[in-house]
Amino acid sequence: MLEIKNLHVEVNGREILRGIDLVVKPGETHAIMGPNGSGKSTLSHVLAGREGYTITQGEILFNGKSLLELAPEERAGEGVFLAFQYPIEIPGVNNVYMLKAALNGIRAYRGEKELSAADFLKLVKSRVKSVGMTDALLNRPVNAGFSGGEKKRNEVFQMSVLEPKLAILDETDSGLDIDALKTVAEGVNALRDAERSFVVITHYQRLLDYIVPDVVHVLARGRIVKTGSKALALELEARGYDWLLEEAAA
Amino acid sequence: MASNAQDVAELVDRHYAAGFVTDIESDTVPPGLDEDVIRLISAKKEEPAWMLEWRLKAFARWQSMREPTWAHVHYPPIDFQALSYYAAPKSAKDRPKSLDEVDPKLLETYKKLGIPLEEQMMLAGVAVDAVFDSVSVHTTFRDKLAEAGVIFCSFSEAVREYPELVRKYLGTVVPVSDNYYAALNSAVFSDGSFVYIPKNTRCPMELSTYFRINAMNTGQFERTLVVADSGSYVSYLEGCTAPMRDENQLHAAVVELVALDDAEIKYSTVQNWYPGDAEGRGGIYNFVTKRGDCRGAHSKISWTQVETGSAITWKYPSCILKGEGSVGEFYSVALTNNLQQADTGTKMIHLGRNTRSTIVSKGISAGRSQNAYRGLVRIAAGADGARNYTQCDSLLLGSACGAHTFPYIECKNPSAQVEHEASTSRISEDQLFYLRSRGIKQEDAVNMIVNGFCKEVFKELPMEFAVEAQKLLGISLEGAVG
Repeated sequence: MLEIKNLHVEVNGREILRGIDLVVKPGETHAIMGPNGSGKSTLSHVLAGREGYTITQGEILFNGKSLLELAPEERAGEGVFLAFQYPIEIPGVNNVYMLKAALNGIRAYRGEKELSAADFLKLVKSRVKSVGMTDALLNRPVNAGFSGGEKKRNEVFQMSVLEPKLAILDETDSGLDIDALKTVAEGVNALRDAERSFVVITHYQRLLDYIVPDVVHVLARGRIVKTGSKALALELEARGYDWLLEEAAA
Repeated sequence: MASNAQDVAELVDRHYAAGFVTDIESDTVPPGLDEDVIRLISAKKEEPAWMLEWRLKAFARWQSMREPTWAHVHYPPIDFQALSYYAAPKSAKDRPKSLDEVDPKLLETYKKLGIPLEEQMMLAGVAVDAVFDSVSVHTTFRDKLAEAGVIFCSFSEAVREYPELVRKYLGTVVPVSDNYYAALNSAVFSDGSFVYIPKNTRCPMELSTYFRINAMNTGQFERTLVVADSGSYVSYLEGCTAPMRDENQLHAAVVELVALDDAEIKYSTVQNWYPGDAEGRGGIYNFVTKRGDCRGAHSKISWTQVETGSAITWKYPSCILKGEGSVGEFYSVALTNNLQQADTGTKMIHLGRNTRSTIVSKGISAGRSQNAYRGLVRIAAGADGARNYTQCDSLLLGSACGAHTFPYIECKNPSAQVEHEASTSRISEDQLFYLRSRGIKQEDAVNMIVNGFCKEVFKELPMEFAVEAQKLLGISLEGAVG
């Protein structure tokens, strides 16, 4: 599904990612952990196609296609979804209206017919409950005046409507209390199936208690320094990151 | 030039000898402006003597005035003697014969706006012999209004048919000497609309100049007068979302609104004059004076405008809040792209007690355009308990454009409350990336953000107009980003 090969990325001339290799197969959930400043968010932004990053080496293949040559909206069309760490407010733009434009944008990209208003509404209604969205949130301007938890829930809700092939969750747990975390995790778990893959970026092990990964990677100083199972996350929680950094430096 | 002036003089004399015009030889008055030209215009329109006198007085005032230079706009000097001040509607032989002869870019825009073919032909000025549906629409429409006692007709017709009403109100809101362009308009205005809503009458439909399109060929100097008598209500829509073809570069319209006790006037404008090409060549100069007088107690005047066209816009729809407890509102979206310049805003003059005003202005600048908001809130000494709320937001697209805000507040009454909020923001890369990552194309994402920014104003527009206005913004912004 996703294949990252020797990816090097610079921002303003500074190398942030220094040779990332990663393979995610259909249906797999990979966790990427790491200390602050290790390049986790850069990786998620580069996957979704944000401007301002220079790819100096390497490639990203998504179902065999080179992702780096596609605009963000085309990547969405291919089935990539990024749940933002800090979802931005867009005043005056109705949440559901935006989502309908997004879904129909993706459908148009795939050569599918636009969804009618009635069918779209049905789809939205069926997804609302799973992530604890309320009608009030649905019809407010995108993220405007949402609490931290509401914003994250909205991200997972959008994901459930857009049904991506690969979802990247960028620190979805940050700023959530334990109840909100559980709700969001349940929303994500409901979407897990044999085809859909997830890349879960997180600083803390806590989220992985609820979204249990198949593989855990540790990203440090722009490289994946260790790969293991769920047990690795628990070890990190107990010992911190320093020992890994030392190991990597040695 | 001398012989031209002579011709004019002859024509005028002849008309006066006859008392009225039966056959008009020349469709266009030669360039230049003097008393004779004004006499000629008045004669062609078969106006009574008082109207001509009024025009001549205005002309005398205009000659003693100077073109204003305070606005934040730049353009080469206008040679007022090089302009022609009267042109009869073009005869069929000068107009395009079919849509094939019309600028394809214009047609493209019509298509995007979803304008029916027949209307496209009207807008593009195609000469057609067939009678349009809209003519019959027009007739039923007038019958219905007449039943309610509403007068809605061309200004020329009003001068002839309802002289008492016109004389009573004309120039009482925008005096002849108000400003340079208003004085010029008063001297040479070609035509426009007149509306009178009788006491305690709710106008049975939205009044729209749209219905006049086929007869319009607007003319450079339009004059509009709307009078809402006590306890009446009217909603008036002006303009058209489709870009209009027009060879006149200078437009100086005057709009006067009068609201008597408990009356309400809602005046909505969508202005989409030709803005010129990407280098700013050939666009319309739109120098308009619009003012509403809340003359009666608890009267209300509400201006809503969406301005996307014209090379230069100079326009300040204002409210004079005389009546106790009267209310003034101004909701505006002004969008400039390429080399367009806009200096627009409002004046709220609080004279009466407990008067209230609301100003919501949204300026959007793209390309290399300059967009200025200029607003005055004046609270007179006698305006006890007056309140104003102003919100003034600017959105910048790209880095070569400019947004400017010139708010003036004059408060002479200590019991008044005046609030002003202002913001300037750049269309954010984060917002764009967010929407695009969801699968929305860049251009659609920009439209979505801009329309969201304007929402507070759009919701004041009549439903149909609001939908068209949204499409219009999208079209006006094409190519502005990316």
